[in-house]
Amino acid sequence: MITTALFRALDKKAIWVVSAILLVAILVPLSNLVLPVGHPLRVPNYLVPLLGKYLTYATLALALDLVWGYCGILSLGHGAFFALGGYAMGMYLMRQIGDRGVYANPELPDFMVFLNYDALPWYWLGFDQFWFALIMIALVPGLLAFVFGWFAFRSRVTGVYLSIISQAMTYALLLAFFRNDMGFGGNNGLTDFKDILGVSVQADTTRAGLFAASAVLLAICFILCASIVNSKLGKVMVGVRDAESRMRFLGYRVENVKTFAFTVSGIMAGFAGALYVPQVGIINPGEFSPANSIEVVIWTAVGGRGTLVGPIIGAITVNAGKSWFTGVLPEYWLFALGGLFVFVTMFLPKGIVGTAASGWRALRARSISSSASEGSGVKPDKPQNPASPANMQPEAGE
Amino acid sequence: MAEHKEARGSLLYLDGVTVSFDGFRALNALSLVLAPGEMRAIIGPNGAGKTTMMDIITGKTKADEGEVYFNGDTDLRTMDEAQIANLGIGRKFQKPTVFESHTVWDNLNLALKKDRRVFSTLFYDPSAEDVARLTEILETIRLADRRDELAAGLSHGQKQWLEIGMLLAQDPKLLLVDEPAAGMTDAETEETAKLLKEIAKTRSVVVVEHDMSFIRDLGVKVTVLAEGSVLAEGSLDQVSANEQVIESYLGR
Repeated sequence: MITTALFRALDKKAIWVVSAILLVAILVPLSNLVLPVGHPLRVPNYLVPLLGKYLTYATLALALDLVWGYCGILSLGHGAFFALGGYAMGMYLMRQIGDRGVYANPELPDFMVFLNYDALPWYWLGFDQFWFALIMIALVPGLLAFVFGWFAFRSRVTGVYLSIISQAMTYALLLAFFRNDMGFGGNNGLTDFKDILGVSVQADTTRAGLFAASAVLLAICFILCASIVNSKLGKVMVGVRDAESRMRFLGYRVENVKTFAFTVSGIMAGFAGALYVPQVGIINPGEFSPANSIEVVIWTAVGGRGTLVGPIIGAITVNAGKSWFTGVLPEYWLFALGGLFVFVTMFLPKGIVGTAASGWRALRARSISSSASEGSGVKPDKPQNPASPANMQPEAGE
Repeated sequence: MAEHKEARGSLLYLDGVTVSFDGFRALNALSLVLAPGEMRAIIGPNGAGKTTMMDIITGKTKADEGEVYFNGDTDLRTMDEAQIANLGIGRKFQKPTVFESHTVWDNLNLALKKDRRVFSTLFYDPSAEDVARLTEILETIRLADRRDELAAGLSHGQKQWLEIGMLLAQDPKLLLVDEPAAGMTDAETEETAKLLKEIAKTRSVVVVEHDMSFIRDLGVKVTVLAEGSVLAEGSLDQVSANEQVIESYLGR
């Protein structure tokens, strides 16, 4: 059963993408660790965690695309699942500091000593174990996504209303995590990490390992998404996106389909956040800010929603652009981002990948029909389906 | 569920169904009984409540008053659209609603009567039997040569047929069809009437239609609705002769 799903997921295009991601997972760490400093092909130390961060963003965008591009749920709160996964990892990393904190308290993290906690709150118990943190990374965002989806989709909250309440959800979490008495470090969040799995988070080898892990996570999520969207369930999701009530009259429980997609997506976002935190060295309530979640939507739109490669390309290009732009013209980045979103919406409604794919198809159709018309004298067919957001097609497995 | 006495033996039983929208009575004590295997045409002027009646049966709208039973014993008022669809009630909309970004084949495959739950859909693998059934439907609706094309590229009439094909794949006991001939050419209309008669051999069909010649082609019992209730019932010739019907509808 599962093997057939996997087999269906790994069509030719998907194998290419997964191989490319895994190649990056090997080559970047290898070049950083093996080549001597100053070699032109060496990936410099500062770039490894930066690229690793992009890969976690790509996973987050892929997670959003599963619900937005394929199921029509425009979540403006996906940053919340990312941040929750990040906090779960952050809590593990905090417990690894042990007595090496500023206050040298072997039981409590620094911020708890500072805030006069006498004991570790119950919800921090277990986070000194990596396996426990790993479960929480999946469970907490997954449970939130499930409960949110259960209520929202059952009450048939759709469209802009769903977007607004998803935004409210992440905003509520932002406010909650800002509070000192929540026990998550308040405004400052969790930082000053030392070790992960017994090795220093600062070490070059650890950073290379985290990069490779981020790439492998992206590859796994890609295969998972491909196996979903290429299945009959994926077609049901697209049906829900395009004609929800028709799907109900066919007898599908639309709310269950949506809740499933939303929960899977939330868990993927949680894992992405968990790998993001050790690479940037901090997690604070700012990660819950609504603006972050909106940026994810922009990456996905730029790359091409409803395609699986699109969000990956979108997240990496937009963030690479951001890193470059904020270095050159820091004040104007938000204007550039806004302008990019307007440009893509107006001129590339299918995003980079969607436009490239339909351009390629039109070109191929023309060359086929022109070679056919040479013989028969028939006029070439008009290219079908002009690009518009309304009739966006999924490019399954691309 | 307790069996309902009056509804016994019927496939569809509506009694005294009333629905109001903001004070407007869309249905006013509507009663209708459909026998298993029966085909029925429903006519009536705009606003007579034809579409609202279909909404009530399929669970899209809830009745304020009255009883709605399926198969003599299943109370439809407490069920939602998906449950009702899985009982075996299929619906075709006035405007063809097919999934435009799916191929003709996938459209039929989505409609095929199968386990609709999330995980069985995720791991669904078409059996040889399913493929044969879908191929047979493709032949019936005359779209065999377009199976791998996107539904968006079909003509209006072909979309109507694809939707009828989807209903066939759903294999319902009762089929509700809203204006199947709307926007079709005369030849297409004739073909559609043939197709519906073929379908009605093995299941009950309710057809809402404006086109009188189409109803004549079908040659079935007619129910005339006006202002949310039944005005007359009988053969087309009988209801055409009815004074009240002429006044409210035919003789405009």
